[in-house]
Amino acid sequence: MDITIKQENQVLTVYLKGELDHHAVSKIKDAIDLQILKASVKKLVLDMSGVTFMDSSGIGLIVGRYNRIKSFGGSMTIKNPSQSLLKILKMSGIDQLMKIC
Amino acid sequence: MQPINRMKIEFDSKSTNEAFARVVVAAFAAQLDPTLEDLADLKTAVSEAVTNAIIHGYEQKPGTIYMECILYPNSIKVIIEDHGVGIEDIEKARTPAFTTKPELERSGMGFSVMESFMDSLQIESEKGKGTKITMTKKFFRD
Repeated sequence: MDITIKQENQVLTVYLKGELDHHAVSKIKDAIDLQILKASVKKLVLDMSGVTFMDSSGIGLIVGRYNRIKSFGGSMTIKNPSQSLLKILKMSGIDQLMKIC
Repeated sequence: MQPINRMKIEFDSKSTNEAFARVVVAAFAAQLDPTLEDLADLKTAVSEAVTNAIIHGYEQKPGTIYMECILYPNSIKVIIEDHGVGIEDIEKARTPAFTTKPELERSGMGFSVMESFMDSLQIESEKGKGTKITMTKKFFRD
């Protein structure tokens, strides 16, 4: 899994590329959290256009980051999930927690 | 119904093998020419079962995961087994969003995903002995 992080003002955009499973999550979680803390981020955007696979480990990653940014009074958005990703995002109720576009 | 093909492998309980397991099952199932959506569902369910064996069964310690696939003319049966700690309360474990490892940010959605993405799910487990997951997926419907 490749991760690219871009920060503009208080918006942090994380571009993920590859397969988002338990193996990948353990590697990228800390990188995102560190940046959230460093940059006093108010909005986290997770761009998933490059994610080709995701299981419930990805749900854990998303909910964990959502809780973190929410505790700082911020918000989170998911962008460009594929149809198969959308299926698992919806069945987990993530679409009730944040905007998916 | 008579099986038309069968395979059985075992591999180490390592997170790198989550991708290996789902790719192997998808490659084996491909001979039935399923739709891409059905293959994606199958890969997700296999990934969940193998991840459970690594995180919960063996608690991220060394162990061996046993995986068997049986192909029928219209469906596949996947059996994923570990000889780890076992599940104390299967009904509780099946509850959506229940997890014994919130500190690892587990969503507790593993069994719900397996149930939702496959056509059947059977969980057998004994404390201290291990867990056996049997799932089936139909590729063609009447």
